[in-house]
Amino acid sequence: MGMQITLTVNGETVTRETAPNQLLVHFIRDTLRLTGTHVGCDTTQCGACTVHVDGRAVKSCGMLAAQAAGKAVTTIEGLAAADGTLHPMQAAFRSCHGLQCGFCTPGMVMSAVDLVQHHGCHNEAQVREALEGNICRCTGYHNIVKAVQQGAAAMKA
Amino acid sequence: MNARQGFIGQSVERREDSRFLTGKGQYTDDITLPGQTHAFFLRSPYAHARITAIDTSAAAKAPGVVGILTGDHFKAVGGLPCGWLINSLDGQPMKEPKHPVLADGKVRYVGDRVALVVAETLEQAEAAAGLIQVDYEELTPVVDAVTAPTIGSAVHDDVTDNRVYQWGIGDKDGTAAAMAGAAHVTTLSYRNNRLIPNAMEPRCANASYDVNADNYTLYVSNQNPHVERLLMCAFVLGIPEHKMRVVAPDVGGGFGSKIFLYGEETAIVFASKQLLRPIKWTSSRSEAFLSDAHGRDHATTVSLGLDKDGKFVGMQVHTTANLGAYLSTFASSVPTILYATLLAGQYATPKIWCSVDAMFTNTAPVDAYRGAGRPEATYVVERIVETAARELGMDPAELRRRNFIKSFPYATPVGLTYDTGDYDATMTRALELADVAGFEARKAASAAKGLKRGIGYSAYIEACGIAPSSVAGALGARAGLFEAGEVRVHPTGKVTIFTGSHSHGQGHETTFAQVVADKLGIPMDDISIEHGDTGKVLFGMGTYGSRSLAVGGTAIVKAVDKIIAKGKKIAAHLLEAADTDIVFEGGEFKVAGTDKKVPFAAVSLTAYVPHNFPHDKLEPGLNENAFYDPSNFTYPAGTYICEVEVDPLTGHTRIDRMTACDDFGNVINPMIVEGQVHGGLAQGIGQALLEHGVYDTETGQLLTGSFMDYAMPRADDLPSFNVETAKGTPCTHNPLGVKGCGEAGAIGSPPAVINAICNAIGVKDVPMPATPYTVWKAIQAAR
Repeated sequence: MGMQITLTVNGETVTRETAPNQLLVHFIRDTLRLTGTHVGCDTTQCGACTVHVDGRAVKSCGMLAAQAAGKAVTTIEGLAAADGTLHPMQAAFRSCHGLQCGFCTPGMVMSAVDLVQHHGCHNEAQVREALEGNICRCTGYHNIVKAVQQGAAAMKA
Repeated sequence: MNARQGFIGQSVERREDSRFLTGKGQYTDDITLPGQTHAFFLRSPYAHARITAIDTSAAAKAPGVVGILTGDHFKAVGGLPCGWLINSLDGQPMKEPKHPVLADGKVRYVGDRVALVVAETLEQAEAAAGLIQVDYEELTPVVDAVTAPTIGSAVHDDVTDNRVYQWGIGDKDGTAAAMAGAAHVTTLSYRNNRLIPNAMEPRCANASYDVNADNYTLYVSNQNPHVERLLMCAFVLGIPEHKMRVVAPDVGGGFGSKIFLYGEETAIVFASKQLLRPIKWTSSRSEAFLSDAHGRDHATTVSLGLDKDGKFVGMQVHTTANLGAYLSTFASSVPTILYATLLAGQYATPKIWCSVDAMFTNTAPVDAYRGAGRPEATYVVERIVETAARELGMDPAELRRRNFIKSFPYATPVGLTYDTGDYDATMTRALELADVAGFEARKAASAAKGLKRGIGYSAYIEACGIAPSSVAGALGARAGLFEAGEVRVHPTGKVTIFTGSHSHGQGHETTFAQVVADKLGIPMDDISIEHGDTGKVLFGMGTYGSRSLAVGGTAIVKAVDKIIAKGKKIAAHLLEAADTDIVFEGGEFKVAGTDKKVPFAAVSLTAYVPHNFPHDKLEPGLNENAFYDPSNFTYPAGTYICEVEVDPLTGHTRIDRMTACDDFGNVINPMIVEGQVHGGLAQGIGQALLEHGVYDTETGQLLTGSFMDYAMPRADDLPSFNVETAKGTPCTHNPLGVKGCGEAGAIGSPPAVINAICNAIGVKDVPMPATPYTVWKAIQAAR
């Protein structure tokens, strides 16, 4: 029942066994032991499992691991620079207090980076609409919206 | 202390954020143990049924199954305890039927635990659970608390009227007399909607038993690991307390739902010794909806009496509280001690009477959820006051001002004594921040667009920092409510703080370090904060009720004071001075009035390398702990103002302005405090506009069992908030002068939102949640 897939994860090529029905999020968490990607629901609603696949934000609970074969996956562990310098969006979340318990944060940051990279202008209303697929229970989104706007400016700088 | 020097009062960036932002947080599900097995709970599909037979034989033979346990395995152990005894008005103790770890002959809500299946993988456990044959005999479900006494079906066979208790507080006859003499009486009846907490990290536990050492380790997503251990060991499983370690690592939000001892972690701890394998259970979100303790769910009628000058003369309240199928850990205290004692609000109402009927129903247990009784109380008071003002044609702010408590301490008619406050100050500032003066112009502009604009107020008070143990004990608490802290100074002068408080988003690793850094005059980098591990922390009552800084922080301060006192004696010896001549400031021990001094790290080194040391007077080492039991609650208060625009064609409500002005006493980290208010506002607005846990009244099935059916507030549902922390009135009875900020947003905001909608569309009441359909119906009914 097993099958082998080869893909790039955070810049490194990995070849691992997967089952045909294994979700990408479980491959990331259980097989690769990259536990920064979280599972917050079972209906593809909360966005805690958001990663990048070939540079686009994807809810990794809505995709099979096998579908990621040959693709480049970036998780929250792969976002900062190799020397540990935080990505501008990570830095913005910290300086704006855009996180509290931290559970939704990896998915929120990955969504925010995708928003900036692929969707033009970022006024408050646009940021709020774009984050509709990521649920946070702690922050009331107020500081997350500020962080995304600040992170967007830093990414363009 | 020097409240404004150094780190205290600064918006220091959070130290915990680095790991959370890089995926290095360690939540319970991230922990996998050698030989790990996985648990799946078979849950009841019925709200109310007898179990006539369970056959696990086929499931036991399924691939990968390690073991299966049912209610029979737990007959010899205790039930899950309730931590607060409430006596009925007739003096009888509350009804407390056993809350079994796994269902014992009867299931009492959809999601009730029937069997535990342990297997090598979660998929195998779930597949095997599907092979368990359970024969159910369906019974009539009791869903609605109001009709529970008369429905003719008993959730617990020996509680035929489903009544847990009938409780009351205040002056019944005096209030009735005051109401009879009132010039005006305003009455409201409404439901305070059931909420489902939905911390983003679902509950999770990983239990193991070490056969050689004969001890257990439980990793669990929990807000108070010592309480979890105490309840599980002493009341349920009979495990010696010293043979069990409970670790609550990074916890992804709690909001009350992770205070409680649940059957799931209890069952896997028990099974870990039976099966001699580590067992992990991670709740799915669907399970969380069914099985996490829910919040609120009150049916209330309130009457407020006023004299001809608008002074409140009396208030009568009756509430029916739905406690669900079993008494969860603190369920009984929520609609009583944590609710009715707050019904004075910010007002000098002389006579109050509140009676409460608490009912069993065939729904998930209901317990503390952010605010726990205080949002329900604030909703009572702030809705009826605003409604009275509108009925009398008075400015709602002015009516409140006329009735504010103005001198402190103030003993309310419902059992609390407020130590300090300045309600007029937060009201005045909130009116400025919200630009209430410009409301009429904005209303006209909205009207020009065909929209109805309304404004609503809420002037809340809450009791935090629970609690003086002696008071809580007299009121029925079966636990003390102090907090513990330990300060371990290492030889080099670095410091580890152990706190019984638990952070699940509140930022204790930063805030507590700010306090200690200022007290000891050392850098924050020299201080670590340890929490959430009974193997490290001496004791703890945990984090809930906005108590961490006021109670846990004070315990740390008291332990630091002991460190400084001992350090002075060591320094006196080193400096050849009298103990009483030593002062400690800026991280140095000094002989007062001289330039003789010795730094903190030299004293700590001397304590551990005690060559030149006053051995005749002191023990070596520099390690102190303190237990702090507060003398009173703390009383945060403030005014919230909401301004909405309602589209009369669709009933859609848009919050245009949400203003909060809070008095939290002294503030250690304003950034973190404002963040706590933001989160509370979102949950309060969620209650007012979006969220509702709904059971089918015929079948008892949960209709809102996923994020597709239960409307969580999302980024585009909410406005930016206008939040200001007032200079404030410091708490008078803890050394930091702090009050607590974690729940205020959720307490103060729901009545402000509903008051605004009622004002916008010109109706007396709109039910929560005020969905577009609900508001549209209210508009139509008023035409």
